[in-house]
Amino acid sequence: MATLSRSDVEHVAYLARLGLTDEELARLQGQLNHILDQYVILTRLDTEDIPPTAQTIELENILRDDVARESLPAEAVLRNASQTDGEFIVVPAILGNE
Amino acid sequence: MTAAPALTRLHAHEMASRLRQGELSSRELVEAHLDVAERENRALNAWLSIDRETAIAQADAADARLAAARGEGDHALRALHPLLGIPVALKDLISVEGGQCTAGSRILEGYIAPYDAHITERLRDVGAVLLGKTNMDEFAMGSSNEHSAYGPVSNPWDLETVPGGSSGGSAVAVAAYHAAVSLGTDTGGSIRQPAALTGIVGMKPTYGRVSRYGIVAFASSLDQIGPLARDTRDAAALLHAVAGRDERDSTSAPVPVPDELLELPASDDEAASRLRGKRLGLPREYFVAGMEPDVEKRIHEAVAALEAAGATVEQVSLPHTDYGLATYYIVAPAEASANLARYDGIRYGPRLGDGDYIANYLATRGQGFGAEVKRRVMLGTYALSAGYYDAYYVKAQKVRTLIKRDFDVLWEQGFDALVAPTSPTVAFQFGAKMADPVAMYLSDACTLPVNMAGLPGISVPCGLSEGLPVGLQLIGAAWSEARLFELARGYEGLTSGADWRDLEPAQLASAADPVALTPADRARALAGASR
Repeated sequence: MATLSRSDVEHVAYLARLGLTDEELARLQGQLNHILDQYVILTRLDTEDIPPTAQTIELENILRDDVARESLPAEAVLRNASQTDGEFIVVPAILGNE
Repeated sequence: MTAAPALTRLHAHEMASRLRQGELSSRELVEAHLDVAERENRALNAWLSIDRETAIAQADAADARLAAARGEGDHALRALHPLLGIPVALKDLISVEGGQCTAGSRILEGYIAPYDAHITERLRDVGAVLLGKTNMDEFAMGSSNEHSAYGPVSNPWDLETVPGGSSGGSAVAVAAYHAAVSLGTDTGGSIRQPAALTGIVGMKPTYGRVSRYGIVAFASSLDQIGPLARDTRDAAALLHAVAGRDERDSTSAPVPVPDELLELPASDDEAASRLRGKRLGLPREYFVAGMEPDVEKRIHEAVAALEAAGATVEQVSLPHTDYGLATYYIVAPAEASANLARYDGIRYGPRLGDGDYIANYLATRGQGFGAEVKRRVMLGTYALSAGYYDAYYVKAQKVRTLIKRDFDVLWEQGFDALVAPTSPTVAFQFGAKMADPVAMYLSDACTLPVNMAGLPGISVPCGLSEGLPVGLQLIGAAWSEARLFELARGYEGLTSGADWRDLEPAQLASAADPVALTPADRARALAGASR
């Protein structure tokens, strides 16, 4: 299995949207590689014909009637947002400011 | 001061019978618990919030229900749930409308839950009294409670040791008599391991037994809510109160909740007699490398006691046990990295950074999450990333199938349950495993395969090792909680005369000291001494 380089760690941190300090990146590189080393044990098992398990109880397609019901009060939801404007949550622009 | 400590020592079922007889009010009971919790929280840090006013209002409401039922007669009293008027603690990832819900994280600081979790509603329905919210490892990731953003928790058996985790605060609240019972969550051992390390009972029910609506998610194919208590009857009553189908959590199963949970024998002898003829398996792979010899000894003594009571115990094998740790530490972080993507500083939590939206995410999440959460989000993101998905995530899911099949084989052979250690060690000192994540992860080697297979498991105290509690784990087939509780109650009855049963946590008295060192002080002092 793979070994993570410093730039791999930086890339994964970016994918995970984690802003990490140099010190954190250095420490994580060592720790993650140590943990990945433990995963090698899994390569000993032949799992070619084994189906994957995503969950353990045999429940499928739980459906309910599509009935409209009251939602949470806007006030209770909005008070948790760090920036609001009336009944809206203010978010940073995701498109360029043209 | 004189009556209060005695009241907090009662078991919930004893409190319930006194409440019904009118010898005791819920208000007296709740005030006694709040007094102890407030006094000892400096030394133990088990609570992140205590809501005295609301708790007393709930106690008064419970007293009114009790008085009304007494007026109507015996049938009305019998219809009341055993948890009516009983003080309960909730892990701080369970939503209580209008209250905090930090999940032990800075990123949820200031968040006010806009609604009740399903289990909170259930507790309100039966009239339980919610005292407050308990400390935990951040997002339930940890085995020592040292990964809480709000400081570590001391174990009342030895204030320099951890209580286990991640439900460390819920375990200590019960072990230290701050609450009669508590709720925790268990993704890889987070109820059973702290129960073992603090000398109490803790159960992780079958995956799907309890609705998770309103609970902060960690790893959604593994997380399950369960009870912690000072005896099996109280734990079973709490499970009974919260279990069952809820359409707001589509993974909660439409399986009836057995009323036997409320009918465990009161008599120790009768409880022990039910062990006769039970068939138990002892998985040899659970005596893992690094297990403390004294812990192993306590487990073998417990097995001998079970045999002497008429149960048969056979050596069995769960051949894929050794693969459990690696499998778990792929699946759980992968699911966590997806679940924790929601913490973006937009809808809740502090928003940091004033740059573009990517810069905001990086700052909000980089500073809002602690070290262990970042480690697991990194692991999970990597395991799910292009090029590695099959090698790690799919591979782990396939091995998960093998782990589950190991258990299925034994259930097909007719075993009633498996007996194993809960934790390979007793409570360890602050800092002992903080530098080495893999050493910390090994704390859950005996519990996490049970989550991987979605099975119920219970930890019950089985004695001490060098003065610290050891837990015996019983593992059952899916939906066999009632039988597990019957067996656990049997073992409890069998050992009711053991000298260790009467012991209180050894350093509880020091926890009452108003100028006691805090757990953070103790952890710092130990870190300084080892340098």
